[in-house]
Amino acid sequence: MTAATGADLTLRHPVERFSLDNGLRVVLAPDRSVPVVAVTVFYDVGMRNEPEGRTGFAHLFEHVMFQGSAHVPKMEHARLVQAAGGTFNGSTHQDFTNYYEALPSEALERALFLEADRMAAPAITEENLRNQIDVVKEEIRVNVLNRPYGAFPWLQLPQIAFESFANTHDGYGSFVDLESSTVEDATDFFSRYYAPGNAVLCIGGDLDVGETERLVRHWFGRVEAREVPPTPNTGEPSPTTVRRDVVEDRLAPAPAVALGWRVPDPVGDLDTYLGTVLLAELLSEGDASRLERRLVHDDRLAVAQSSYVGLFGDPFDVRDATLLTTQVHHPAAVGVDDVLGAVHDEIGRVATEGVSVEELARVQARTSAQLLRQADSVLGRTLAFAGAELVHGRAELAGELAARLAAVTPDAVQAAAKGLDPGTAAVLELRATGGAR
Amino acid sequence: MSAPVLDLDLVPPLGEPRPQPVPEVVTTTLPSGLGVVVVPRPGVPLVELRLRVPFAATSPRGALQHVARASVLSGAVLLGTAQRDAMGIAEALQGHGAELSVAADPDRLLLSTTLLAEGLTPVLGVLAEVLTSAAYAGDQVEAERDRVAERIAIARSQPGVIARNALAARRYGTHPYAAQLPAPDLVGKVTAAALRKLHRERLLPAGSTLVLVGDLDAAAATDAVAAALGDWTGEGTAAGAPPAPTLAPGHLEVVDRPGAVQSNIRLGGPAPARTDPDLPAVRLASMVFGGYFSSRLVENIRERRGYSYSPRSAVDHLAAASSFLVEADVATEVTGAAFLETWAELGRMALAPVTEAELDAARRYVLGSMALSTSTHAGLASTLSALAGSGLSADWLAEHQRALTTVTVDQVQEASRRYLAPAALTAVVVGDAEEVTDALRALGPVDVTASAAAAPDPA
Repeated sequence: MTAATGADLTLRHPVERFSLDNGLRVVLAPDRSVPVVAVTVFYDVGMRNEPEGRTGFAHLFEHVMFQGSAHVPKMEHARLVQAAGGTFNGSTHQDFTNYYEALPSEALERALFLEADRMAAPAITEENLRNQIDVVKEEIRVNVLNRPYGAFPWLQLPQIAFESFANTHDGYGSFVDLESSTVEDATDFFSRYYAPGNAVLCIGGDLDVGETERLVRHWFGRVEAREVPPTPNTGEPSPTTVRRDVVEDRLAPAPAVALGWRVPDPVGDLDTYLGTVLLAELLSEGDASRLERRLVHDDRLAVAQSSYVGLFGDPFDVRDATLLTTQVHHPAAVGVDDVLGAVHDEIGRVATEGVSVEELARVQARTSAQLLRQADSVLGRTLAFAGAELVHGRAELAGELAARLAAVTPDAVQAAAKGLDPGTAAVLELRATGGAR
Repeated sequence: MSAPVLDLDLVPPLGEPRPQPVPEVVTTTLPSGLGVVVVPRPGVPLVELRLRVPFAATSPRGALQHVARASVLSGAVLLGTAQRDAMGIAEALQGHGAELSVAADPDRLLLSTTLLAEGLTPVLGVLAEVLTSAAYAGDQVEAERDRVAERIAIARSQPGVIARNALAARRYGTHPYAAQLPAPDLVGKVTAAALRKLHRERLLPAGSTLVLVGDLDAAAATDAVAAALGDWTGEGTAAGAPPAPTLAPGHLEVVDRPGAVQSNIRLGGPAPARTDPDLPAVRLASMVFGGYFSSRLVENIRERRGYSYSPRSAVDHLAAASSFLVEADVATEVTGAAFLETWAELGRMALAPVTEAELDAARRYVLGSMALSTSTHAGLASTLSALAGSGLSADWLAEHQRALTTVTVDQVQEASRRYLAPAALTAVVVGDAEEVTDALRALGPVDVTASAAAAPDPA
């Protein structure tokens, strides 16, 4: 077996960057191998910026951004992108909200026009806001209320793992908060957070750098500069105790349990954090992983298990504070403490015995392949560059991650395992109380 | 602010399209009958591997049992070979960035993985081992079948799964396609001996297709496959499903899910196969109706009325039956109204022409999204593997694109009348029957059944 060396894994895509006078940061990542281009705008506002009484507002506002803008009526954003052969969407995360299009490259300027028009002036009307509150409520019903394990653990575990409102509240939002949202709230939110200086524009794929810079300056240069809010500090002191809670799920046919441990600061302490990212892979990724062997195959305590860093599954698009989460679905006949004991035992083995170079090299090969796979899509690559620029201040980091992960040592992974102290875990039990429906 | 008006002079025009690069596809058939499709693609140093083995239940009689066995085999095949245990297999793959996933559906078994390009030969070696000497040790098979039974119980609690099963049961009757998920009691009876027999009789190279896309040389990769999989032989040919019947749609079925806060509306009917000249017109009709965000259904029940988060329609292909499918998850209290609007939009499609602008937009979107989805290693590999399942080569992509460019408004209306008319579609609603049935009865007769998750399995 030969693990690929770090140097082979650095993405070959060059990155260019510039800023406009209004503060907009721009990243270009040309690659002319296929005639496809991706455009994305990341705004530095996410679920963690929401004030009390306005839970879910960042996501609701994301929906409103598709309702038209100064020169684009309702539905026309979609029509202009799709009729050009492109796709579009947006998503709201803890620390940012993004919007994106992937299109045939001849439609690049059209996408820039659309993003600039709504950066300048989205159509925030009573009718559009009411309509999207209804749509968001259906989204929450599909993904949470009408589905077994719907909020588990991403909406429920943070409530016991963290202390501050920013980190503990439901980012999808309560129906009460959503329904009481007003046009004035939306206008204020836009004014405060959607300033060009609070955004990163990233364009990847089949583009000419000089021409694209000209087009960006033409369309985005006219958006007025506004004050940019300071980035809030969402970090929290590390916990010193176990916190346990139980939720009941009347739709679920079988129990589950999730454990969350605080991990190093993804931005301020990236090198230490990388050891934690690899530890999560070592524990849970694939049939050769420690917890798959122990929980599923050897002790037969679990039906399925997974561990990941970052509540949304991407460890590199999140700021402090965040978690390594281990999630286990187990048969009703297995006691939850048996599951917890086995998880802590396996992590304890990594903490005391460490990990061999060979095992870690296999994990690193797998991680590299997954990062490269994401980068194979023009859109995936463009989103990764934009996220790295916004969260880490360096788009280039996205291209370097595979090599940086390949350089992580067994000692770093062992140190990460020592950080997953059973005495500081947040433990959330899900009890299946309704049986099958 | 005043209502925005689209000033088309302001919208940047589209430039000249750059032609899609045509993939260089090298196709070979090994002496064993295995089809090998290799597509060299530069870019990231990865290879995508898809081995598709036709694995349908071949008759109604044994279909439920076959599906149960196939679901256990999917996991058990990786639990050990003559040379290695499960850990050894997983480690050998992981060292090259790979992890074999094995998935069964009504048509096939699919073994797939991503791998670092340098690992092609060793990964093919592990694949060969799994294919030729999977051990199916008794205790491991028992453990796997217990896990499968638990996972099925979890899957069956998902409303989308309940709805898909109910629609398939109504549409396919006794055909094997009616059995989408195995019954837990039959899973519990699967034995190691049955899996060894199933593997020997059905996991066969003849009729199967291995697709490799990525950073590789076509001739060298084909040679590597021939060398590694040369010992994978067997008598007979991997088998597909028998022709599927077209059953007349019956009454609307409401599958009761007491207390549900949302209803899952599902409609389905036959659609043209990939080789049918009607397909391009039906695909475009489906797009205009509900196939993308700029569609009538989305504009109506999402953007105008706020009934649903992601209503949608699609044309879906199984080897022996293609389908036009409509899906919308809606709040319980608007179930009747949302069903009516969906029904009415289908009627409009069938009876009134679409506009040239609607057709052109749908056409450009379909062509653009095909280009996007085949621009990655993974997307192209999955597409070629699916085409192989219908006996089609990569040439189909270019032919289909050409056919899409010539479809007319008249052809879309003709296709809509035949395939999208509400009377042609079987309908299922999963939801709280007490809350939704009265309103639905205003539109026609309704049969209410218990939730599939709670009811005993049809056997």
